[in-house]
Amino acid sequence: MAQLSVNHLLGIKDLTPEDIHCILETADEFSGVINRPIKKVPSLRDVTVANLFFENSTRTRLSFELAEKRLSADVINFSSSSSSVSKGETLIDTVNNILAMKVDIVVLRHPHPGAAVFLARNVKSIIVNAGDGTHEHPTQALLDAYSIRQKLGKVEGKKVVIVGDITHSRVALSNILCLQKLGAEVMVCGPSTLIPKFIGSLGVKVETDLLKALQWADVANMLRVQHERMDMKFFPSIREYTQRYGLTESLLASLDKELLIMHPGPINRGVEISSAVADGNHSIILQQVENGVAIRMAVLYLLAGKMIA
Amino acid sequence: MNQPIRTLLSAVEMDVILHRLCCQLIENHGDFSNTALVGLQPRGIVFAKRIASMLHSDYKTSPVRLGLLDITFFRDDFRRRDTPLQPNRTKIDFIVEDQKVVFLDDVLYTGRSIRSAMDAILSFGRPREVELMALIDRRFSRHLPIQADYIGRRIDSIDSERVVVEWKEENGIDQVLLTRTQK
Repeated sequence: MAQLSVNHLLGIKDLTPEDIHCILETADEFSGVINRPIKKVPSLRDVTVANLFFENSTRTRLSFELAEKRLSADVINFSSSSSSVSKGETLIDTVNNILAMKVDIVVLRHPHPGAAVFLARNVKSIIVNAGDGTHEHPTQALLDAYSIRQKLGKVEGKKVVIVGDITHSRVALSNILCLQKLGAEVMVCGPSTLIPKFIGSLGVKVETDLLKALQWADVANMLRVQHERMDMKFFPSIREYTQRYGLTESLLASLDKELLIMHPGPINRGVEISSAVADGNHSIILQQVENGVAIRMAVLYLLAGKMIA
Repeated sequence: MNQPIRTLLSAVEMDVILHRLCCQLIENHGDFSNTALVGLQPRGIVFAKRIASMLHSDYKTSPVRLGLLDITFFRDDFRRRDTPLQPNRTKIDFIVEDQKVVFLDDVLYTGRSIRSAMDAILSFGRPREVELMALIDRRFSRHLPIQADYIGRRIDSIDSERVVVEWKEENGIDQVLLTRTQK
């Protein structure tokens, strides 16, 4: 079988298009597994996974944990708020102590960009990046691509606009890289203060008018404004942001075409997306969450498969 | 690279055997109202489809329920091979609970695939009975205490030999060859 060219999942940047296809195809089968009466397979029964979350998370943490349990792995969870990190322990020491308990795979979420790469270089374990600061969130990009493929048949040739806070979003960067590797066209749209200056060098289109962006696109991926990562004001007020970049029913109705609406969550209803749109027929937000489990099962299965017992 | 040693079954012999296997199934399962055939991915699929179609066309049974079962995630050699195996499609769109299930695979060798299949089918419910039909039984090669209920042909072979089953639908000819794996 085609196997992954990488030993860790640190970012979409390291994956080849073949790797991405391999993950999506494997996820197809896991999607079948999690819809059976018994949603569990024994593949990782001799593997222990540690979920190390140094940042708040609901969806990603639960999704990884469920994926691991569906694969029959032993799972341990760690959150920084209740650990020795608050006593001054370094990241490498923390992880090495956990690995000393015979852990095989580490799923890491960390507020610092590059934390996953740093860990992969310094500890002997398979590392899966579950989001590192404003850098990458590879499994989110993979499940987004999977959801587009599931809904539209393929990703190649599709036009995807990512709307909102591009500067502080790890989802944006991973999505751009993933979609481009699969042959999609990508545009980013948002206030110019929330679009990185050199984003054009990634080969994406830039648009500051939401209506024009939506008219161009087949898929709109709405991002949350990441206030927690902002140390200054990037736009005058939430109200003004919503007026210019909030996706509403009336805006959707003004388009004479079908548009697929995505959101990585958590949603700020009434800010970047109205409740009617988030819960409407065009939205696949909950399917994204369901697909997240299948994608994470595929990633863990393929990486564990490279680790000979 | 495999070097053919000899032909184990010709097209005519295969046809006779497939008809016999159909008759044995009818003898034990009647109108198949409580029975489903399940082909094991990847090599048992053509075999299962052929048996299902012969039952319907040659023996006028009502259409038999046919499922495809992939056992990749249930194998016991995960992380013990150089590369993980690519999963295939599982397609079982009927209820297995309290039904008789007949697994079909082209070659019964170590028995490990069948053990995995017995594990995998339980994800779809608790069958009343599970039987096994194998076109070729490589006897004296079992790693587990597993035997087939319906056997096309029993053969003696050694580990360095391979049994290759070819089907009209895939290879243009029905035949079974014994080959030797060249190092």
